[in-house]
Amino acid sequence: MRVRFWGTRGSIPVALTSADIRHKIEQALTLAIARGVDSPQKLQNFIEHDLGFSISHTYGGHSPCVQLETGRAEYLVCDMGSGVRAFGNSIMSRRDDGPPPVINVIMSHVHWDHIMGFPFFAPAYVPGARIRIHGCHDVLEQAFRLQQSAPCFPVDFSRLAADIEFVQLKAGASYDVAGFKVMPKLQRHTGDSYGYRFERDGKIVVYSTDSEHKLEDPGETRGFAEFFRNADLVIFDAMYSLLDAVSVKEDWGHSSNIVGVEMAQMANVKHLCLFHHEPAFDDDRIESVLNETIRFEKLTRTGQTLKITAAYDGMEIEL
Amino acid sequence: MKKMDIRNKTYGDVLVLSPEGRIDHANSEEFRQSLNPLVERCSAKGERLVLDLAGVDYVSSAGLRCFMLAEKQAKSQGGTIVVAAMQPVVNEIFEISRFTLVFETFATVRDALAKVSPAALKAYDAA
Repeated sequence: MRVRFWGTRGSIPVALTSADIRHKIEQALTLAIARGVDSPQKLQNFIEHDLGFSISHTYGGHSPCVQLETGRAEYLVCDMGSGVRAFGNSIMSRRDDGPPPVINVIMSHVHWDHIMGFPFFAPAYVPGARIRIHGCHDVLEQAFRLQQSAPCFPVDFSRLAADIEFVQLKAGASYDVAGFKVMPKLQRHTGDSYGYRFERDGKIVVYSTDSEHKLEDPGETRGFAEFFRNADLVIFDAMYSLLDAVSVKEDWGHSSNIVGVEMAQMANVKHLCLFHHEPAFDDDRIESVLNETIRFEKLTRTGQTLKITAAYDGMEIEL
Repeated sequence: MKKMDIRNKTYGDVLVLSPEGRIDHANSEEFRQSLNPLVERCSAKGERLVLDLAGVDYVSSAGLRCFMLAEKQAKSQGGTIVVAAMQPVVNEIFEISRFTLVFETFATVRDALAKVSPAALKAYDAA
């Protein structure tokens, strides 16, 4: 099973600025001078092995969109943040003379950062394409129609050429979607959000974004630990520091890296992927949060090693 | 709810609290219940408070939340809480969770008293 990240930023898309790129170049060249890089061969080695991710890459700026490869002709994707535009273009670039694409969408909730890419999702404009949008909110269809209504967008939802269907799910139930067993769970977030546990071929992926975990309720914590139990991968909303999550940003509906590690350890998770990055954080800051989270896991480890990564646009995880 | 024993001692106008062991999801509520009445004594006109964490070998997010609630309560009463004598692991957890941005920390209880209250330091040294 392969998981591909098309959008990893929370709340609002962000882009690197000219100043950000200049900063990366300065950092890279300063390091290169210090390491005595003076030949093309040394340069390649330097880029591959010596430059940190936050200098040589970027975590990216699209809002949430995560694809789970189905092993079939149809597609499965979680959320339609701005990252779904590139996902749609990828589908279109692979099209041949075969039947129009079938795309299954699983929605955590309908806040703007999770639906904003849909008006730019090319398959929505393809006659015969089938788009099935699954979610637990009764305002699911309303939200998608609303964001494309005048005066907010020039193309009304009714003019989309694809065959678009909205599928109502219920938390606590189990569904078969594109060959996956899919289980939704209610999460704490303004207007509610839902996490999803996906199971297929003995592999388990949990997509749990926009979810605040209240620490004073051990029962709730245990419930989520069961939801995460033995997952190969948990994609976790780690937008805030623990300090912010329990002080100034309490009840803002997001969680922290610390709580992510604790819950993953409780649930015997193999891989925790930090997700829904704070838009105010630059690449250096996200890398620093990742390194601190890895350190925290090491400090608190009692059983198996928990792998920890920070999601970036374009990242692929093979399970 | 059962309460957790928190050793406490007064030096001048400073109350030094010395919890022990782990403060985690299993006992954080007991810790909070024990801490509450002690924090009530912390105000502008009352005592300052030093959390002596020398005997604490682990604090989970639930334990850190208790510290945050205590700090909010003390602040609303015009009081101050500082943290002293953290073991290296707890110190790192404070840093990673950014709690060092809220709590002033000191290597020893004596260092904390020296900053918080000269009278308390004098009482501590005399003890």
